[in-house]
Amino acid sequence: MKCEGKKTYNHSGSCPVCKMDLKPVQKSTKELSNNEISEESIFNLTTKWNTEEGETIQLEDLKGKTLVIVMIYTTCKAACPRLVADMRNIEAKIPKENLKNLQFVLVSIDPETDTPQRLKAFAKENFMDGEQWTFLQGTTSSVREFANVLAVKYKQISPMDFSHSNIISVFNSGGELMHQQEGLGVDNKETIQTILDLTSK
Amino acid sequence: MQTILRLATRILFISYLSTTYCQSEMVPIKGGTYTPLYGRDSLQVTISDFQMDVYPVTNKAFLEFVKKYPKWQRSQVKKIFADGNYLIGWTSDTELGKKQSVNAPITSISWFAASNYCECQGKRLPTIDEWEYVAMANKTMPDARQLEDYNKYILGWYEKPKTFNNEVGYTFKNYWGVYDLHGLVWEWTLDFNSVLVSGESRKDVDNDSNLFCGSAAIGATDLMNYAAFMRYATRGSLKAKYAMKNLGFRCVKDIIEEQ
Repeated sequence: MKCEGKKTYNHSGSCPVCKMDLKPVQKSTKELSNNEISEESIFNLTTKWNTEEGETIQLEDLKGKTLVIVMIYTTCKAACPRLVADMRNIEAKIPKENLKNLQFVLVSIDPETDTPQRLKAFAKENFMDGEQWTFLQGTTSSVREFANVLAVKYKQISPMDFSHSNIISVFNSGGELMHQQEGLGVDNKETIQTILDLTSK
Repeated sequence: MQTILRLATRILFISYLSTTYCQSEMVPIKGGTYTPLYGRDSLQVTISDFQMDVYPVTNKAFLEFVKKYPKWQRSQVKKIFADGNYLIGWTSDTELGKKQSVNAPITSISWFAASNYCECQGKRLPTIDEWEYVAMANKTMPDARQLEDYNKYILGWYEKPKTFNNEVGYTFKNYWGVYDLHGLVWEWTLDFNSVLVSGESRKDVDNDSNLFCGSAAIGATDLMNYAAFMRYATRGSLKAKYAMKNLGFRCVKDIIEEQ
């Protein structure tokens, strides 16, 4: 039985605080077998993306690893270099044995400029060309849809510049959002802990 | 230019006849340059010619849509694409609520559902700039924003409850031949998530938006335009899976000029 926040009661009746009827606790998520994805999973998005290696993938192809995702664009002079640095700082704090269960994904919000070739060059320049890094180029509409799933806001403010939220999101291997870190150069302790929990299983 | 436009309109009309059923009637909108409440750096925004649905999408049209695409039915929709309020007033997956009129605008739909509906018809949601551009017209003028009654009318509507129960065409036909942009329901836009009030509506900005809650209005180009500010603020507060009782949508289509 449940009413106020997370407080539960083992009998029916009404809540002593708000006097409302108590409701039976419902199991929020049912156990899923390995191959199924839940309704909350980003793998429900079926759009196609190009990687920096020139491959075409769906998000579901990233299934099985913990995902750390950020939206950037390569011509960005302000926030993105910091976001990229934040991603690298996170990577640096993850032990080697956990890295193999982890994929860092950088999604471009400027699919016109950020071609796979450009993303590859950016990856090299920024020392993010290893196995654990993936860059994605979508279409204007798939990027918009993806941003909506992450609740990332962005707006083109001139042909070369976008204004956008600075959010790093962590997804479990089933594509469910587990944690979001907002802001630049913020304390990434919680993010790291989430990643360690997810990759140590 | 006129000839091209006429040709394009004719081509669109032919494709309109040949594509799917229950497509809403559309009218051409002549593009132009205007200054929105929140602009780009240059303040002015240029809109290309496009076509817009005359009415918001109705309950009836959306009912046809979910019958054809069951994945958008209330019991089928994935949680990532719609919250618990999705089609909440409906009696079942394919039945409207008892009090819902078939010709009333569809509401309680998420951005994902609205966006996919338009896509399935070869259309898309309007951008904020396109929507605002058409919505600044009154019955006779393409830009009536300076008129006192224009703003009064909109603000008057914001105070009226439950206008979403009214049928489409309930309000006035504007300069472009488009109905119900004000007075019936709020509408989803393609890029609702680009509303970055004061540069960024989240807390990671270096200005003082944390200090006073009305600070967002400082970015507005015309502080008198309170009605529009309400719309931008509302869009800025939405998430794509939200389904709200007073939020509907309509679709637009680009005019592809003949090569």
